[in-house]
Amino acid sequence: MKIKGRAWKFGDDVNTDEIIPARYLNMTAPEDLAAHCMEDIDPDFIKKVSAGDIIVADKNFGCGSSREHAPVAIKAAGISCVIAKSFARIFYRNSINIGLPILECEEAASKIHKGDQIEVDLSFGIITNLTKGETYHAHPFPDFMQQIIASGGLMNYVAKKGMA
Amino acid sequence: MTITEKILASHAGRDSVMPGELVMAKLDVVLANDITAPLGIEEFRKASVKQVFDKSKIILVSDHFTPNKDIKSAEQCKMVRDFAREQGLINYFDVGKMGIEHALLPEQGLVLPGDAILGADSHTCTYGAVGAFATGSGSTDFAAAMITGEAWFKIPESIKFIFYGKPQRWVGGKDLILYIIGDIGVDGALYKAMEFTGEAIRNLSMDSRLTMCNMAIEAGGKSGIVPPDDITIEYVKPRAERPYKVYESDPDAAYADTREYDVSKIEPQVALPFKPENTKGVSDLENISIDQAVIGSCTNGRMEDLRIAAGILKDRKVHPYVRLIVIPGTQSIYLQALREGLLEVFIEAGGVVSTPTCGPCLGGHMGILAAGEKCISTTNRNFRGRMGHIDSEVYLSGPAVAAASAILGRIGRPEEVEK
Repeated sequence: MKIKGRAWKFGDDVNTDEIIPARYLNMTAPEDLAAHCMEDIDPDFIKKVSAGDIIVADKNFGCGSSREHAPVAIKAAGISCVIAKSFARIFYRNSINIGLPILECEEAASKIHKGDQIEVDLSFGIITNLTKGETYHAHPFPDFMQQIIASGGLMNYVAKKGMA
Repeated sequence: MTITEKILASHAGRDSVMPGELVMAKLDVVLANDITAPLGIEEFRKASVKQVFDKSKIILVSDHFTPNKDIKSAEQCKMVRDFAREQGLINYFDVGKMGIEHALLPEQGLVLPGDAILGADSHTCTYGAVGAFATGSGSTDFAAAMITGEAWFKIPESIKFIFYGKPQRWVGGKDLILYIIGDIGVDGALYKAMEFTGEAIRNLSMDSRLTMCNMAIEAGGKSGIVPPDDITIEYVKPRAERPYKVYESDPDAAYADTREYDVSKIEPQVALPFKPENTKGVSDLENISIDQAVIGSCTNGRMEDLRIAAGILKDRKVHPYVRLIVIPGTQSIYLQALREGLLEVFIEAGGVVSTPTCGPCLGGHMGILAAGEKCISTTNRNFRGRMGHIDSEVYLSGPAVAAASAILGRIGRPEEVEK
């Protein structure tokens, strides 16, 4: 599974209140949440982002609350993948569960600049910076996680397998 | 093995486990609230299974935006209520019965030593205070767990935090956990279990232990835990309506790190905006004037907290430029505080007392900040915009500093207002 898009850069400890503020948690529809994605860090983010774009951040991305609304908002905003030096654990789990690809890669997070064209091969964990002509390596997902993402999330995967 | 490894091993049907191993663990409690349950219920509807695995083990608490703050919240709470009735859930807590989930469940004896608990709320880690493994998840994990009664976990490494010495006056669990977060940072325990031990922990009240475990997530922790002792058993025994099991860490258990603290050297702590790791001793702070003080939340809305705050506010007046908002954590705490005359103290001082709700902590309702306003709060997060406008500021503290600051009109020490 290959993904291609433009990079948007963020710093350390981006928290879920910044990704989707609690004042919007009285809604669950992905498109309603996407309209406010990253609003408290960059009020115009949703206007600037294009389908397929990639978020690249430093350490501990997605820290704070367990709200699954955060990866839902990012995915519905059209973001195809999040790359960071490290992720908060609940956010990581939630992203996989809703089918948002997410990769830990210190080198990519350090070297990618805003606006770089990035290609990600999820099967092999290979991140290619097309703008700079560089390649970075993340741990690829184990097979079952790739299947969860390809199915569009854990519940679809579970349903497909006849487990629930 | 550590206490955390033992609990997870037993729930995975294993004799032993090692950090890094992936296990499927049976769950004793599966929890969600009025924000996380709606997404979880939508996910649940995608499955062909129509019934939850055990209607006594799913707990739903409508606490975040209740009493319903607006029409959209009312719709979400109704969805949770309808689901609870459809499924015949025994432990569904609506307005009138509810409390802030992490104050409510321990109080009601619904979380017990040795349990494995998955909650769709990041502060689910609170229940480590009774000697359980408890961790936060999202709504999809919650939905899957409602169906299967299980969840997969990577066995976390543990960090041991040993506290010794006698605490200074006005120092409670909040100050100790803020001190740790200041020491190791907001990702200092990422993916790890935080085990709190030592003589100072053994002398700590259950309320303070709940406060400490509550904020394990603010250091990135997967869970926090206090090994059960006499204080734990005295707390859970009269509440428990099912068997429980006490686990303890082996003397040769392996830890990723061990850190020791002399509590006699720790003064009341304040975490400055915009991360809980920005801690300082209260006496190191410059003159920071405040507009609001909040005493409550799943972190510090229990009896001990209200008693400390009332002790400081008795026969005193809140500063004319400050709004004091006190939020008892549960209906029982509310009633007990009423009987003890604490609510009268808060109202006589010029504060307001709210029904239990998460309300202002996450910028929901009941005390939202305007641009430029500052709030001292006993809650758990001081992220940018957490309690309202993105140009407002939240300072985290324990109840003693929050109450003293409400009187002073600026962040200050409890000693400054003592008569």
